Amino acid sequence: MKPLEIRWHGRGGQGVVTASRILAEGALREGKYFQAFPEYGPERMGAPIKAFNRVSDQPIRLHCGVTNPELVIVVDPTLLTSVNVLEGLGEDGIVLANCEKSPAELRDILGFKTGKVVTVNASHISREILGRVVVNTPMLGALCRVFDQVKMETMLEAVRAQFGEKLRAEVIEKNLSSLKKAHEEAQVG
Amino acid sequence: MAKIMGFNGNAAVAYAMKQINPDVVAAYPITPQTDCVERFAEYVSEGLVDTEFVTVESEHSAMSACVGAAAAGGRVMTATAANGLALMWEIVYIAASMRLPVVMMVANRALSGNINIHCDHSDTMGARDAGWIQLFSENAQEAYDNLIQAVKIAEDMGVRLPVMVTQDGFIISHELERVEILEDQEVKQFVGPYQPRYPLLDLEHPVTYGPLDLFDYYFEHKRSQIEAIDCSLPVIERVGQEFGKVSGRSYGLLELYRMEDAEYGLVALGSTCGTAKETIDGLREKGKKVGLIKIRCFRPFPKEAIVKAVSPLKGLAVLDRSATFGGFGGPVFTEVRSALYDAESRPLTLDFIYGLGGRDIFQEDIATAFSRIEEAVKTGRVEKPIDYLGLRE
Amino acid sequence: MSQEKGWKELVPGGIIVEAGNAKEYKTGDWRTEKPEVNLEGCIHCFFCWAYCPDSAVVVDSENGKMVGFNYDYCKGCGICASICPPKVITMIPEES
Repeated sequence: MKPLEIRWHGRGGQGVVTASRILAEGALREGKYFQAFPEYGPERMGAPIKAFNRVSDQPIRLHCGVTNPELVIVVDPTLLTSVNVLEGLGEDGIVLANCEKSPAELRDILGFKTGKVVTVNASHISREILGRVVVNTPMLGALCRVFDQVKMETMLEAVRAQFGEKLRAEVIEKNLSSLKKAHEEAQVG
Repeated sequence: MAKIMGFNGNAAVAYAMKQINPDVVAAYPITPQTDCVERFAEYVSEGLVDTEFVTVESEHSAMSACVGAAAAGGRVMTATAANGLALMWEIVYIAASMRLPVVMMVANRALSGNINIHCDHSDTMGARDAGWIQLFSENAQEAYDNLIQAVKIAEDMGVRLPVMVTQDGFIISHELERVEILEDQEVKQFVGPYQPRYPLLDLEHPVTYGPLDLFDYYFEHKRSQIEAIDCSLPVIERVGQEFGKVSGRSYGLLELYRMEDAEYGLVALGSTCGTAKETIDGLREKGKKVGLIKIRCFRPFPKEAIVKAVSPLKGLAVLDRSATFGGFGGPVFTEVRSALYDAESRPLTLDFIYGLGGRDIFQEDIATAFSRIEEAVKTGRVEKPIDYLGLRE
Repeated sequence: MSQEKGWKELVPGGIIVEAGNAKEYKTGDWRTEKPEVNLEGCIHCFFCWAYCPDSAVVVDSENGKMVGFNYDYCKGCGICASICPPKVITMIPEES
C-alpha cells in the first residue's frame, strides 16, 4: 500500500526540515509508521529546499525519493511562482500554502483546478504572536485542517516534544498559539 | 514492551552505542556519519556512558587508536564513511589481522572523485577483502539491530574479528523513521561482559601484537585468518536467531522475500531492498513470479545460502551500487556468478550497476531490471551482461 | 621447515604470547670479530654495558663488576671497544 506522501517547499533556515520532523513525531505518537527526510545537499540559508514525509498504517519500505506526493506544503510564498510546486501532484492532490491569497486566487496563480487548496497567512500570524516570521509551526496547524492522520492535540504535543529542551517555555507557548491560530484561520477551498 | 522512537540511522546507531557502553570510541567526523559521532559525544559529555572518547586528528589515527585500545583489552567502536574509510585503510587490515573485535559503523558514501557526499557502496566494497565481517542494513531499524549483534559476533571466541555495520548514507543515515529499541538492560545482557583475549594491559602475561612476520609464518597466519572469517558464518546466523528471541526480529545471512515460487530474482544490498520489496509486490499483482534475495552479510560471502536460494531461478538480476573499474561487473555480481559456477542448475544472471553518487533508484528502475532479465531468458540472448540503471546515455 | 608449526597450531592474530622469547634467537653467529676484555685494566665504568646494542655485556650485579661477554648474542659490532675509556677491550678475529 502506498504511504501518504508529503513534500515541503521552503528556503534554507525556515525550519522546513524541523517541521517535517515534528510531523513525524506526531505520526509516531499516533502509532503510525513514518519517514521524514530532507532533500540532501549543501545547506544554504535562503536557497530553495525540499523536505519529505511518508505516513502509513503499514511499515514503510520505500527508500526512494518522493515523486508523486498527495500533499504539497509551501512554507515560503515567493516559491509559489519561482518553483514548480505542483510537480508530480495528482488531480486529487492538496496544496497548502503560506500566502495572503484566498484559495480561489491561489488556484488561478498555480493553474490548479482540481483537488484542494488551503491558504493561511502564516507569516502574519507568526509576526503577530512571535514577533518574527517563523512559519513552520503555524503551517503544521493549518495542515491539521486537511490531514487527519495526526490529530491537532497530538501535533501540539509533538511541537512541545521537539522544542521542549531547546526553547524557553514562553516561546514554546507562543509557537503553540500560532499553530492554533493558523488552524483556525486557514481557508480551505 | 518495546519502546518506539523516531530515529534516523545515525541516531539509531548512536543510541545502540550508548546502550552497549563501549570502553573506547575513537572517531573523526565525516559526512554522512558526523551526526552519529556527535550524538555519541553528547552521551559522553552528559555522563550517560563510561566511554573514553578519543578525539583524533584523522581517520588513520581513529583506527590506530581503536587497534591500540582493543589490543589493550577494551571493547572498542568507531564510525566513518567514504574517504574516511580510505584514510584508515592500512589500519583496517591490521585490525582484522590482529583479530581485534572492533565494531565500526560505516555510512556508505561514494568514494571520490569528483567529490560527492551521497550514497553508494564503493567505500565498503573497496574494503571487502580487508578481513572484516560486513553487515548491510536496509533501514534504521536494521542499523540499530545489526550494531548490537555486531558486538556479539565480533567478540565470539571462535570469531574475534572486526565487524563493519553499514547503512546507506543520507538515505538511511539521515532519514527519520520508526525504530523499536530494546531496554538498556536487554542490550547489556545480550552483548554480555567483554572478555578480552591476550590484553596488553594484563601485565602478568606480557604479549607482543603485530611482530615482524616473514616468509616463514606470514602465510600460515593468513590461512588461519581466512579460516576464522569463514567460520563466522554459523556464528552470525546463531546471533541473528538469538537476537530474534530478545527483540522479535530474527536475522539470517540473507533475507528471502517472496522467493517460494519465484522464477526471476533480484539480488540487492541495503536500502534498495525496501524499495525492491514494494516493487515486487506490485509485479506480483500483475502475475509476475518475482522475488528478492537480500544479502545482509556480504563478508564472509554466504556462498551456499546464495546458491541454494537462486539456483532454481530462470533469471537473476544483480544490483551493484558500486563499479569495479576494469573488472567483469560489480563486486556483488562477480561473487554471485562465481558461486553459481559449480551449481547443478543456475539462472541466467545479469548485472545492473546503479545509484552511484546517490543517484536515486525508483520502483520503475527495479521493474526494468526484472523485465530485462525476463526478456533475456525468453529470447535466450544477452546483449549486455553488465548494464546500468538510471544512467543517461 | 619440518619443525615449524602448521596454520592450525598458531595463536590467532599472530600474537606472541610468550614473553621474552627473543632469547631463543641466538645471533652470535652474525659475528666476524669478537671483543675481549683485559679485566686487570677495567675500571668498571659500565660504558660498554650501557652502549651495547644487544645487552651482551655481562655484569656481576652483586659485586658491581663487569665480567665479560655473552657470545650467544654479541654480534661483534665493536662499539664496546670503541667507547672503552681505558681501552682494555679489543676486537679480535672470530676464528682465533
